[in-house]
Amino acid sequence: MATRGFSGRRPSQDVALRLPPGQYRTEDFPVLAKGPTPRADLATWKFTISDAARPLASWTWAQFEALPRTIWRGDIHCVTKWSKLDTTWSGVSIDDLFQVAGIAPPSGYLLAESYDDYDTNLPVADLLGAKAMIATRFADAPLEPEHGGPARLLVPHLYFWKSAKWIKGLRFTAQDQAGFWELRGYHMYGDPWREQRYTNDP
Amino acid sequence: MTVQPSVAPARWQEAVIERIVPQTPRVVSVFLRSGLQAHLAGQHLDVRLTAPDGYQAQRSYSIASAPGTQGIELAVERLEQGEVSAFFHEVARAGDTIEVRGPIGGHFVWRIEDGGPVLLIAGGSGIVPLMAMVRAWSAAQPNTPVLLVYSARTWEELVFRDELLDTQAHQPDFSVVVTTTRGPRRRSEDLDRRLDRSLLRELLTRWGRVPRHVYVCGSNVFVEAVTAGLVLEAVPAGRIRTERFGGEN
Repeated sequence: MATRGFSGRRPSQDVALRLPPGQYRTEDFPVLAKGPTPRADLATWKFTISDAARPLASWTWAQFEALPRTIWRGDIHCVTKWSKLDTTWSGVSIDDLFQVAGIAPPSGYLLAESYDDYDTNLPVADLLGAKAMIATRFADAPLEPEHGGPARLLVPHLYFWKSAKWIKGLRFTAQDQAGFWELRGYHMYGDPWREQRYTNDP
Repeated sequence: MTVQPSVAPARWQEAVIERIVPQTPRVVSVFLRSGLQAHLAGQHLDVRLTAPDGYQAQRSYSIASAPGTQGIELAVERLEQGEVSAFFHEVARAGDTIEVRGPIGGHFVWRIEDGGPVLLIAGGSGIVPLMAMVRAWSAAQPNTPVLLVYSARTWEELVFRDELLDTQAHQPDFSVVVTTTRGPRRRSEDLDRRLDRSLLRELLTRWGRVPRHVYVCGSNVFVEAVTAGLVLEAVPAGRIRTERFGGEN
């Protein structure tokens, strides 16, 4: 049913095709975070992949910077309804990380864990096949702290709360275990094209 | 931090606009009647508008009313080139029907049982979810000190100003300090500069409490400055919850 008097301001046809349902385009880069921006010290920064409590591999900042790099260009979608088009990121793909460390995923799920005690759950399959990276650069500059720098997860085919800022590691879990927002009303998977915003959305 | 079992928001439903009340030159309150389940102070609603050809626009708005009150009050700031905010400011009127979904959000919330002392810091229209907390607190009158620090450009742009001053006048555990960045202060206890680390230190010292819960809401620039200052003043980062707006149009 139409809202009386509302005509709206439509995006162009080509932009509209790139916007998932309920999203609008922004030219800004809004910031969302549960608390203060943590300030990382690159001298002590570490990234660790674990199986439950057991560490499988870890990298210092210098070691991480020496890994093969991947560039991704495309659109990102936040559950708060903004989408940003044509963003450019670079970092280390999860495929490369697993390959360099010789990791065969011991389970089908993991939690991405952050330096601010944030976490979010993902199926491992959603991070492989060139679908995700640990990003350290945005628009060809070091990633700003407020956008997750020095390093954040980038999983652009899911709502952006899954792309954990200030990442410190990936932890395989036996089951699909809810993370921070998933415990607080948000969807376990978060596909923007199926508009999976909140708990129990189909 | 306790995580409550999350409540999934119900599907989209209709809500009727009961009245629209100007609060400041740029903010109107929109009072809704709906069948939504009860909300927590700090939560928001999703709003959906539909054009005659089926085009839809969605936005999220914080709830300003206290849990347990009749109806829901949103406060909507007029944004330049705003698509949905312009509708509320120029088109909508009492009796209109819109669609809503919610309440949403399980982090930027305060419940009576969370206790305090509580420090609330608002920049501009960031007051809205904090107002729900002030109202929830005021209705319950717990033994919990609350300090609200409210930064706005001018005294005239303070949303809910009279109600906040009235609450302070009647409730000794509640204080509000206003800081205006583009206009003069009006009361001796108020300030007229940007909230930085030294000002936060001064306010915390004057209050004489150690906050157990801190809620900061405003633009990203505001929230970044305030939270960085608080952390430098030894407020544990884990006690500070933030909500930042931006990117709206």
